[in-house]
Amino acid sequence: MDNHDAVITGIGLISCLGEGVDAHWAALNAFQPVVDATSFPGFPVHPMAPLTLDKQISKREQRQMEPWQRFGTYAAGAALDAAGIKGNAALLSRMHMIVAAGGGERDYAADEAIMTGLPKAADPDGFLNEHLLSDLRPTLFLAQLSNLLAGNISLVHGVIGSSRTFMGEESSGADAVRIACARIAAGQGDCFLVGGSYNAQRADTLAIYEMGHTLWHDGFAGVWERQARGGGMIQGSQGCFLVIESRAHADARGAAKLARIRSVATDRSTRRPGEATANARQQLAALQGTYDPASIAVISGASGVAAPTTEESAFLRELGLPVRATGNAIGHGMEPSFVTNLAIAAAAVANGTLFPPLEATEQPMTGPLKDMLVTSWGHWRGEALAHVSSV
Amino acid sequence: MNDTDHLGRPVVVVTGIGVITSLGQGVEANWKALTAGVSGIKRITRFPVTNMKTTIAGTVDFIPVDEISAPALSERMADLVVAEALATAKIGPDGDFPGPLFLALPPVEMEWPQRMGLAAGPNETVTYADLLRNAGKPENARNYPRFLFGSVAENLAVRFGTKGSPISTSTACASGGTAIQLGVEAIRRGESKAALVVGTDASVNPESLIRFSLLSALSTRNDDPAKASRPFSKDRDGFIMSEGAGALVLESLTHARARGATILGVIEGCGEAADGFHRTRSSPDGKPIIACIRNALEDAGLRAEDIGYINAHGTSTPENDKMEWTGVQAVFGERAGAIPISSNKSMIGHTLTAAGAIEAIFTLLALQRGVLPPTINYDTPDPAVPVDCVPNVAREAKVAYAISNSFGFGGQNVCVVVGAA
Repeated sequence: MDNHDAVITGIGLISCLGEGVDAHWAALNAFQPVVDATSFPGFPVHPMAPLTLDKQISKREQRQMEPWQRFGTYAAGAALDAAGIKGNAALLSRMHMIVAAGGGERDYAADEAIMTGLPKAADPDGFLNEHLLSDLRPTLFLAQLSNLLAGNISLVHGVIGSSRTFMGEESSGADAVRIACARIAAGQGDCFLVGGSYNAQRADTLAIYEMGHTLWHDGFAGVWERQARGGGMIQGSQGCFLVIESRAHADARGAAKLARIRSVATDRSTRRPGEATANARQQLAALQGTYDPASIAVISGASGVAAPTTEESAFLRELGLPVRATGNAIGHGMEPSFVTNLAIAAAAVANGTLFPPLEATEQPMTGPLKDMLVTSWGHWRGEALAHVSSV
Repeated sequence: MNDTDHLGRPVVVVTGIGVITSLGQGVEANWKALTAGVSGIKRITRFPVTNMKTTIAGTVDFIPVDEISAPALSERMADLVVAEALATAKIGPDGDFPGPLFLALPPVEMEWPQRMGLAAGPNETVTYADLLRNAGKPENARNYPRFLFGSVAENLAVRFGTKGSPISTSTACASGGTAIQLGVEAIRRGESKAALVVGTDASVNPESLIRFSLLSALSTRNDDPAKASRPFSKDRDGFIMSEGAGALVLESLTHARARGATILGVIEGCGEAADGFHRTRSSPDGKPIIACIRNALEDAGLRAEDIGYINAHGTSTPENDKMEWTGVQAVFGERAGAIPISSNKSMIGHTLTAAGAIEAIFTLLALQRGVLPPTINYDTPDPAVPVDCVPNVAREAKVAYAISNSFGFGGQNVCVVVGAA
């Protein structure tokens, strides 16, 4: 035990499974897929559960945001509530924040009007400029900028010690947690809010991933099961924030500690066959002797995209540990996906048990659970591995 | 110079720099123009500006890229400034940089030419459903990595062989400062002996220009582009969107000395503070600006009286320059009006995501070469902002320590303290 251990003292978690760690725990123990197959025909997504936004965000502030920022600002508030520091201005004013972010929603009606009219316009460039100038809400830009999720959290919840935003799909979330834990270990900060959000119910972002042929178009099928049929992602709307503190800081304020983040390793490769596995093996080797193989399991962040998921599946088979691919239950959530899986891993070690398999090929685990590994192989780039243990 | 600082941490030095702005390519071309008071602001020719309120910008039009987009030109400029910085630093074999990459990058989004490439439908009206139906066609595959947020950093990491997972960061107009701070922290933690820090931004496209214009943030002095950016002048009316990139090779002093590197300057400290007041406006009391400058001085182990030059955020918006003065006055007290405070943005405009990196480089050059770049277009002093802005003409001055300020939309503020080698 070390005063500079990074411990989780608050979780704010929302997804298609509902709101809060308890709701997620219950749903994972009685798993039923929650999928919206109709909003974007041929593009199934796991939709966000209905939220009572007023609990965390005033009506006035909600109007300044689109769903991506609302999800994140809501989850951040829930994490602060869970850690017992909501409204604690003295602490919030020195709390550091690292947000993993993509960008915000567009004005889809305005875009569609331009897409329809521009090809027929006599002066297409003039038409574009005129319509952007007259149709865009001036404040929409502030709902779109990547760093404005963090900006909203400062504004709504008063987290103002510092504010940094990382971008870069799955890696941004893993690096956000890694940097927070490294700073805690080195004494470069002792209280952090780390997380992000993702809105999967967006045609503009689905179009990006469709250009890369990374999406699943059929009815619901499990992450591992999809591999026999070409693979692909079913994305999921998520919001997840963690309050991460040094053990000393948590103890000094008498906070309940849910789990300890023992290590987070991140790396990249160009994904030639075997490269991601080589990174994962190296990350795993560094954990040698830090856990008992009889009481550990793996939360896999596998996206479902064929090449990395197939390779990760082989790597995990070598390990021989019980595995749960949470993408089955909450979809693939891009930037916050690693943080979300870390939260679920923390809940599992806090409970001391693992939830049942989410797919037929996953092995059951009945014994006590003390440690969890969390993998995050990005759908395109980035390999991360975390080790979470009971406090 | 000691190998460790006032808190026993490794001292972090700069051993390589590279820069591109609308003034030109390379450190020497930029420094020459900057100290001669030349403006890089001009009429936009990249796209038609019909109907636009602002028709001028500090574009970088001399770097060719195939299929221009913000990430494509941002990446190309980053490539070039990193190559220049590595050539100065002479660190590591080609393609094998011995440390991580921290990249300040503008948010990535598909742009109108690519969106229109997907927009074709069977009906009179084109909808996003048509877009989704067309997206999977093979000819669009190249646009998938292009418009991922992680691809610029990934491509740079491959090309220059940086180590570990590259971090792309955005704190709006403070991003460059944040990237420097991430690099400094990594070296201080002992994670690495060196770090590659880059800030790059090529966001001048119709929609981005209009977005800033709709927020009333941009100057509309279209008639005389070179005169439009007027930081600290009473008649300032907004910032000028600009492009550019800056790269810094950071190293621990121990590592730099051991390999006989030339030390260009020292990153003495960094400070940050967030503002919870408003999405685009600073707290009227200036508290976050004051806190970030004080945090930087404390981190550097310096007192306010040690600072001899301030490289201002100085955007030329009515609000920013006034608030920056409020902050500087609170921190530096009676001396505030006597400290030279100049704004590079008077010449290069606001390079947004890249500004913190580019302006830290110019701050370092000011210390290294004993010349403070001027604030040009200073014709009408603002009695509410009585700064010594090094008006219109560069000034020789020997300065030991300077600060470079960066304040972003969304309330993210960073201050970097630079010391002479």
